[in-house]
Amino acid sequence: MAESTLRTTARRPAKSSFWKAIAAIAWKDLSAELRSRELLSAMLVFSLLVILIFNFALELDITTRRTVTSGVLWATFAFAGTLGLNRSMAVEKDRGCLDGLLLAPVDRSAIYFGKVISNLVFMLIVEAIVLPIYSVLYSINLFQPGLLLVILLGSVGYVAVGTLLSSMAVQTRTRDVLLPILLFPVVVPILIAAVKASGGYLTNAPMTDILPWLNLLIAYDVIFTAIAFMVFDYVVEE
Amino acid sequence: MQAKPSTLKVLDVVSLILLGVSAYLALVFAPTEAVMGEVQRVFYFHVATAWVGMLGFIAAGVSGIIYLRTGDLKWDRVEMAAVEISLVFFFITIVLGSIWARPVWNTWWTWDPRLTTAAITELIYIAYFMLRQGIEDPDRRARFGAVYTLIGAVSVPITFMAIRLFRTIHPVVIGTESAEAQGGFNMTGDMRIAFFFALFAFTVIFIDLFWNRIRMGTLADKVEQLKLKVMQ
Repeated sequence: MAESTLRTTARRPAKSSFWKAIAAIAWKDLSAELRSRELLSAMLVFSLLVILIFNFALELDITTRRTVTSGVLWATFAFAGTLGLNRSMAVEKDRGCLDGLLLAPVDRSAIYFGKVISNLVFMLIVEAIVLPIYSVLYSINLFQPGLLLVILLGSVGYVAVGTLLSSMAVQTRTRDVLLPILLFPVVVPILIAAVKASGGYLTNAPMTDILPWLNLLIAYDVIFTAIAFMVFDYVVEE
Repeated sequence: MQAKPSTLKVLDVVSLILLGVSAYLALVFAPTEAVMGEVQRVFYFHVATAWVGMLGFIAAGVSGIIYLRTGDLKWDRVEMAAVEISLVFFFITIVLGSIWARPVWNTWWTWDPRLTTAAITELIYIAYFMLRQGIEDPDRRARFGAVYTLIGAVSVPITFMAIRLFRTIHPVVIGTESAEAQGGFNMTGDMRIAFFFALFAFTVIFIDLFWNRIRMGTLADKVEQLKLKVMQ
């Protein structure tokens, strides 16, 4: 019986084991987080604090709010995002889990995509909580399908680059300090496009004005996911 | 220690002479521009240093890819030399540009695509050196450096395009110009001579600096190896 199970495992096509490895890694992060809730609570409180700071720094009254909402949202996501990315890679490095992961007989890129998925889920959860809070605080309806699409596309690109760079940053001496310095200059296109597209949806701009920004976001996501997929091996190589 | 190759010595001298001639052409030979006056003379070196910065930027990206393919540390030294030169020359470009922009645009700085892209490139380079400083293992340092230059090399053009979707006021002296550009002008024959000579001179200077810097990197590595030998 055991032998036959083994044989079926061995005969299983590599493709499905690749997806299984991704799912396993993502699930590992998510279930660890479900138990501790360290990362999510930190990211959440942090993003609320950023909104609070913006509130007083920019005096978010009715007229300013119309123009700066998308900027405030994306600045909040970008800052909270680095917190999550740092932490998710630091726990792997601290307890030597990364070495264990690397020893596992799976494709290295499966580790990368697993990490991307779990980081993306954390980021989306934080965004899903920040949006209604922001909507209530400033009585502005942020639940528009277009805006949600922009947030999804922006987060994918941000996490795709962020996961790669954070796995580099944790292996250096300066660690946590380094990630934002490495990350922010290369995600500028995402921030520009996401702020413009979100702003467009919030001010009901015509679709022809928003479309170039959406295209840019999609292009960035595809290009950087592909690059990260190709170079991740070099980043975790010993 | 190997002696400095004689070609390199000649190139050093040639670079110095070219720089002198180019300065003469830009500051004395070229006619004064009618509207902007003397400050327009900044243009010759501004474009030439930007050109060298671009050369370094491309050289860094390409050598990063070659390093990742071959794993030969020589290409890491080439990459670092290119990044260093590009960092310095883009900085000179930005400073010269600001000097010109103050009287012409009435501001030291605007968030124009070219200006922003140049500034972001500088930030990426600084991040690159901070990344390298934090890693001791030379192989890993080289790998991370190459990966980061590759990401930077892809992201910078996208940033440029993204900001270009707004309108720009930066003049385009060669090629077509957008209607909003301010401070553009047509070059006369003598201006062209000064301009193309500056481009040529700075290309030679780039090659000379690049060569010297790669050689210095090789020597520094040798010193490092000798030190390790002595300590054992």
